[in-house]
Amino acid sequence: MPPVPPSRPGRRAVLGGLLGALTLTGCGALSSKPRVREWNLFGGGDGARLLQIHQQYVAEHPGVAFQAHTLAWGPPFYTKLAMSAAGGRAPEVATMHMSRLKGFSPTTMLDPIPVELLAAAGVQQSDFLPATWDRCVIDGRLYAVPLDQHPFVLYYNLEICKKAGLLGPDNKIKPVKGVTPFLDMLRAVKETTGKYAVSVDTTSPWRLWWTLYGQLEGEFFSPDGKELVIDDAKALEALDLIAKLASEGLTPRSANYAALVAQFSNGEAGLSFNGEWEVTTYQTAKLPFSMAPFPVVYDVPKFQGDSHTFVLPHQARRNADDTKATIEYIAWMLKHSVEWAAGGHIPAYQPVVQSQEYLDLKPQAEYRSVAPNVFYDPDAWFSGSGAQLENESAAAFSGIATGQATPKSALAQFKAATQKLLDTPSPV
Amino acid sequence: MERPDWKERWAGLFFVAPFLLLFALFMLWPIVSGLWNSFFNTSLAGVKHEFLGLQNWQDLFGDPAVWSSLKNTLVFTAMSTPPLVIVALAMALLANRKGLLGWLLRFSYFAPFVLPATVVTLIWVWIYQPGFGLVNGLLTAGGFAEIDWLNTENRAMLAVVITTVWWTVGFNFLLYLAALQGIPAQIYEAAAIDGAGGRQQLFRITLPLLRRTTGLIVVLQLVASLKIFDQIYLMTDGGPNYATRPIIQYIYETGFTSYRIGYASAISYLFFAIIVIVALAQFKLFSGREETA
Repeated sequence: MPPVPPSRPGRRAVLGGLLGALTLTGCGALSSKPRVREWNLFGGGDGARLLQIHQQYVAEHPGVAFQAHTLAWGPPFYTKLAMSAAGGRAPEVATMHMSRLKGFSPTTMLDPIPVELLAAAGVQQSDFLPATWDRCVIDGRLYAVPLDQHPFVLYYNLEICKKAGLLGPDNKIKPVKGVTPFLDMLRAVKETTGKYAVSVDTTSPWRLWWTLYGQLEGEFFSPDGKELVIDDAKALEALDLIAKLASEGLTPRSANYAALVAQFSNGEAGLSFNGEWEVTTYQTAKLPFSMAPFPVVYDVPKFQGDSHTFVLPHQARRNADDTKATIEYIAWMLKHSVEWAAGGHIPAYQPVVQSQEYLDLKPQAEYRSVAPNVFYDPDAWFSGSGAQLENESAAAFSGIATGQATPKSALAQFKAATQKLLDTPSPV
Repeated sequence: MERPDWKERWAGLFFVAPFLLLFALFMLWPIVSGLWNSFFNTSLAGVKHEFLGLQNWQDLFGDPAVWSSLKNTLVFTAMSTPPLVIVALAMALLANRKGLLGWLLRFSYFAPFVLPATVVTLIWVWIYQPGFGLVNGLLTAGGFAEIDWLNTENRAMLAVVITTVWWTVGFNFLLYLAALQGIPAQIYEAAAIDGAGGRQQLFRITLPLLRRTTGLIVVLQLVASLKIFDQIYLMTDGGPNYATRPIIQYIYETGFTSYRIGYASAISYLFFAIIVIVALAQFKLFSGREETA
């Protein structure tokens, strides 16, 4: 960091600033419109989609003072949200990963969702898959409204896969099952591209590993969540496969998220393993591609994933009008989630999932069948999208593809780090 | 003896009051409350906390992440400070000339310093990129193997240091340039008349007269380097495998990502103590030098 050169604001600037601040704080009380401030973490292709949906919401709701803010994904977002909720001056509504809900200390940092207001806005429990809804209920109170599910999927380049002979007569990729057919498919793609078969984020292999480990029916924590019961043989089998992909040159030895997107966009890779949220990016780039469920490489269909939900971060002085408008905003977003689905995510609101409009969305409806098999991150205060456990896995596992670490040493490091987190008394 | 003029005293206090108030509110109070928190398991989540005594401090000494991140901070400081001083001096000597060339050098040496951290890191992440980055392009053109700078454990810190030098050397350069321009021209004239060559002038006149400036720059640079966070967070996020994570990032992760404010406060105090020791040692060395000069 550079030494900061001293700057001296003038006396008038300081006084003016103070006066300005005083008058500004008075303003909020004068406005009679209900206020809905929304914080979200959608910085990718899905964020562009959200802006469009919000424009429509604002046009249809002139009576609501609506403001949306997109913050950097992961720790920066959750840090800011936690700070605002801890201080009781949070925005009216925010997005949150379902996997982060319990670790966010709902009883102190979130306000429960008034179910009767939600019902009045036309949304009830029966509109969701029971497994999804149940995850949002903590101590008998509803703390989140699910918006979508976002599984780890397979993207494929139509031209490359056609040349490699992987497409069926319907122009869709032929599903493969088992390790050998999976590797054969990848080798065929590599031969066609002359470079890589698949683009993956090797710096953060959590999603790939957790998918494979889930397909092997591996356990992580004991049912009471107090012990680490990771199955070494299964965990190593999945890590060995990741190492093999890199050493054969089927995946890059080192690629971060930006490189993953670039390598699939420019045809260096004919397949891509990623969450489904980059669909808008590739559509905008006019790439000939489609999407499918991630192959069942091992025994059972499991696909790492998560859900985005709406939560009410804690406000010390919650205003009834604002809350009502906020709940109506959430209901409106759910009912318009077919536009959200166009960005890749599978809607959580079942009336939309069953609508013809959603079924007609291609390639977004191609992988909707995986929704019941979405495999959430382990349940712990330090786990969830972008949380500490994923960071520890990235630190330990990123050396596997580059060859700087063996699967065995990487697993040992990851287990030690997880055990340390488990031994830390929960701060929530 | 003159009677103390209490009116004048109160007037003085009145004038410094706005500063004192802000200083107390945003510096003194957080320092005190940080120390207080370090004895509790305070959580950002606002759940009940209890008194732990010295538990946090005990945990800290047994936490390898504290020591490895502290080591990274010290390694960065040791690697970045010498080039940031020496390169700045060399650049100042080169740019201390009149005419268009001098102007061009001054401009281009200082220009990177005005960029924000986000822009600098964005540029350099692309420069280090394997496959199509500038550095690896030069390496392969010269017949060398590519290096995945930011993802290789013993290269990532070097990459960050190079970026930092490019970005922040301009400030030290400016201090040196100002000092150079403060050396009276007559001294050089007299030396030239006495037959001193360029090399003698440099080692006998310029460098000794820059000694105080060098002391200042070293102090400022050590403190700035110890506070390393931005570039590393943006370029490697502390990776690969925590090989570049500085202690400030570990404090941030503990306190704000994991909500453990109490424990994070204890680590902050450890780091605070180290900075104080470095500053005191510097002060001793620096003031000693001045007497001999």
